[in-house]
Formats: sequence, structure tokens, C-alpha cells
Amino acid sequence: MNKKLSIKNLGKSYYTKQGEIKAIDDLTLDIYEGEIISIVGTSGCGKSSLLGILANIEEKTKGSIEFQEKESTIGYMLQNDALFPWLTIYENAILGLKIKKKLTKENCNYVKELLKTYHLEEFANKYPNELSGGMKQRVALIRTLAIKPDLLLLDEPFSALDYQSRLAVSDDVFKIIKKSKITTIMVTHDIGEAVSLSNRVVVLSKRPCKIKNIYEISLSDDPIANRQTQEFNNYYNMIWRDLDVNIE
Amino acid sequence: MSISNNQQLFLKKLKKERLIVFFTQVIIIIGFLFLWEFCASKKIINPFIFSSPSRIIKTLKTLFVDGSLLTHIFTTISEILIAFFLGISLGFILAVVLYEFPLLAKVVEPFLTMLNSLPKVALGPIIIIWAGANTKAIIVMALLINLIVSLLTIYNGFLGTDIIKINLLKSFGANKKVLLKYLVIPQAKRTIISSLKLNISMTLIGVIMGEFLVSKKGIGYLIIYGTQVFNLNIVMSGIVLLIILSFLIYGCVSFVEKQLLKSN
Repeated sequence: MNKKLSIKNLGKSYYTKQGEIKAIDDLTLDIYEGEIISIVGTSGCGKSSLLGILANIEEKTKGSIEFQEKESTIGYMLQNDALFPWLTIYENAILGLKIKKKLTKENCNYVKELLKTYHLEEFANKYPNELSGGMKQRVALIRTLAIKPDLLLLDEPFSALDYQSRLAVSDDVFKIIKKSKITTIMVTHDIGEAVSLSNRVVVLSKRPCKIKNIYEISLSDDPIANRQTQEFNNYYNMIWRDLDVNIE
Repeated sequence: MSISNNQQLFLKKLKKERLIVFFTQVIIIIGFLFLWEFCASKKIINPFIFSSPSRIIKTLKTLFVDGSLLTHIFTTISEILIAFFLGISLGFILAVVLYEFPLLAKVVEPFLTMLNSLPKVALGPIIIIWAGANTKAIIVMALLINLIVSLLTIYNGFLGTDIIKINLLKSFGANKKVLLKYLVIPQAKRTIISSLKLNISMTLIGVIMGEFLVSKKGIGYLIIYGTQVFNLNIVMSGIVLLIILSFLIYGCVSFVEKQLLKSN
């Protein structure tokens, strides 16, 4: 497999009056083209900082991130749908295109196509407060896909949803990623989500985070069915034990 | 859609309640005016000091006939409008500046708090000396009172921007200008609109206070003039005019607010 990007000796510190907080200490990781990689760790261990740095929202303190291609479009999905309540569903969906000044007719049609695929066509001119949590999350997904990212960063993207919509939306997301072969880095504290969706699971230690273990997951392409298998339970237990040791 | 019987009953009850409230209010006003007039004419209260509805109407008529009534009203309204729009736009611009330059915001914050807690009327004499004894002084007085409040309200509205949404736009490569245009200002729309109401109340206080201090025209002038010549009919007429005027202006702003909020 081809490398998509290499993270080398990455470090991230936050500075407060009380002192320096090391969120990430010397993290080295290669991400491969087309894989879905999950990063799990206890809360506050710096997983989200990692995505923030990759998405150019936060500055890194040290180390380097090298992309294989020069031009790389990053799609970032955050903890909640972050839809703008004063914009319609369609306007929300094209927000990224608008800001990136890529609002071509072709791209607009692509967004309309996506809305149709997710049965949101009839809601295009409605406002977010008229939609259910799962539907809103799908709009957020469409907004992310509209800019045609080649690297997808998911920061606990389903954590605001109830269990039912969570499974449904993550199933949707998984199918899209698989179909379009977008390289995906997902941060989560839900081990089940990580195991059922990914090719690899990286377990981080608590702050300052280091890689504790990397698991190659070989399960089927059906995340909901995956949850029923014995292997799922095995992975789940191993990762859980990894995290548990760290809680102390 | 058909409306069920119970729903109809409920709506009827609501309507009835509204009517009861409205008529009670009307009766209170009429009763008050009647009692006032009655007491004044029977000399239970001294009409020279307390005036009476009929004397007020007479005074207003005289003022209207000699043409000065409309001038007074027009003067006060125009001062209110100028101070209101200046306050809102300056408040908005300064709020954007403070939001964009957090260091500056930190520097001026204690000064703003100081200025905000200072009873602005204390500055009246200085304002008259600096701005001159004219309309300018009245506008400055009103601005002193309404500007800081709108500025702080709008600025706090900007500060309340959801950090997740900021990060989302940054991940699309948004710069400061784009953030302001697409997120920070639109999300503060409700705060900005509700600051209009706050602003108009403050403007009314400021304008009348300004007119008390320095003016030759306006409703505030009418009240002060009436006091100076000890004609309580003029004073009461001025107060009645002011009550009606503020009620109307406040109503207009409330209406505009409702319309603006309706369009999301």
C-alpha cells in the first residue's frame, strides 16, 4: 500500500499559567492510501489535537507531517453537526465550497446529487431545526464530501447522536468512505465503533499521548454485522484492556 | 386540517382572556383619567400643582395652534433617531474592532466598565462646554448612554460564537474576514436585534436628559420650561407626550425586532 502521509515525532504542548501541558509527545505514524484508521484513547489524551493539527487549525509544537501529494483536500467532521441554523440545508451543504471559492455548477450538482442519495432532497430548503439528529449529521457529512476531500478527519463525529442513529449514520459514512476510497482518520473513545469500522486501530496512552498499540483489524465490510462476530469481541477486549491499564 | 372541539374551546378561552385583559386595561386608564379630572375639579387635589386631563388637552391644543407642538415633537424624534442609529452603528463597528483585536479589548475593558457604571448625567456640564449648547450636546449625551451598552451587548454576542463552528470554517481555510461574514456576525444576529430594544430605551433617557440640560426645543425642553415658569399644565403635557412617544417608538422597535426574528 502507498503511503498517504507520514507523521514524524509529532509533539503538541499547550501553555497555561499553571504550566505546560504536553498533549502529544513524540508521535510517529504512517497513514496509508485508502485505509480507515481509528485512534482511540482515554478522554483528554490529545487525540483531538492530532486531528486539529492535521486540519491546519492548530499549530504543532514539534515534529513534521509530510503529505505524499502536494495538494491535499482535507475534510473535517467535528463532534457535532455544526450546521448553521440560519442557513438552509442546501446552503449548509455548499458552505465549504463557498468558502473555498469552488462554487461551480458542477460542484453544486454534485451536492444536489448527494442530498438525493441521502433522501434529503425534499429538505433542501428547510432549516436544520426541522431535521432529526441523524439527518443533520448526514448534512454535515455531505458538507464535508462536497469539497471532495482526499483525506477525511472524523473527530468523534457520532458522539452527539443516540445509539440507533449512531449506528445508521456510521454505517452510511462507512459505505461512502469504502466506495470512494477516501483515506480516513477517525478519533473516537468508542472501541466498538473503532473496531467495527476500521482497518487499523491505534491505541494511545494517556497524556502526553504515545502509541501504545496498533491493531490490524480484519473484519468484513459490514460494520453492523461485524459487531456480532467473535473476533469483534476479541479485539474489543484487547483494546479495552490496553485502555484500562492506563486509567489506573 | 380540522380543528378538534377541545382545541376550539382552548382558542376561544385564549381570545376571551385577551379581551378581558385589554378591557381591564382600558377601564383602568379611563378610570384614572376620570378620577384625576374629578378630584381636580372638586379641588380635592390642587389643580395648579397636579393639573388635570382637561387642562392638559387644552394646553396641547394651544401649543398645537401656535405651531410649537409639532416642532417640539419633531425635534425630539429626530434627536432620538440620530442618536439611535449612531449608537447602533458605532456600537456594531467598535464591537467588530474589539473582537478582531483581543489585545485591544483587554486594554479597554476596565475603561469601558468604568464608563458604563458612571452616571452619565455627571458629564452633562462638560459636554455642554465641549460640544456647545446645541443639539450636538444632546446627541453626545444620548450616545454616551446608549453606545457602551450596545457595544458591550454586541461584543459579547460575538464572543459567544461556537468554537466548533469556528474550527469547521478554519478547516475550509477561512480567514478572519470570512469568519466574520459567514459566522460571527450572523450568529450574533439575535443578540444584535435584541440590543436594538435596549438601545432605544437608553436613547430615550439620553435624549430627554440632554434636553433637560441644554435645549430650546423638544419635549424635554417643554417639561423644563414648564417647571421654570411653574406652569404644571405644560409639564404634564410634556410628560403625556413623552409617554405616548416612547410607547410608539418602543412599539415600532419591538415590531421591527419581531419581523427580523421571523425571517430566521
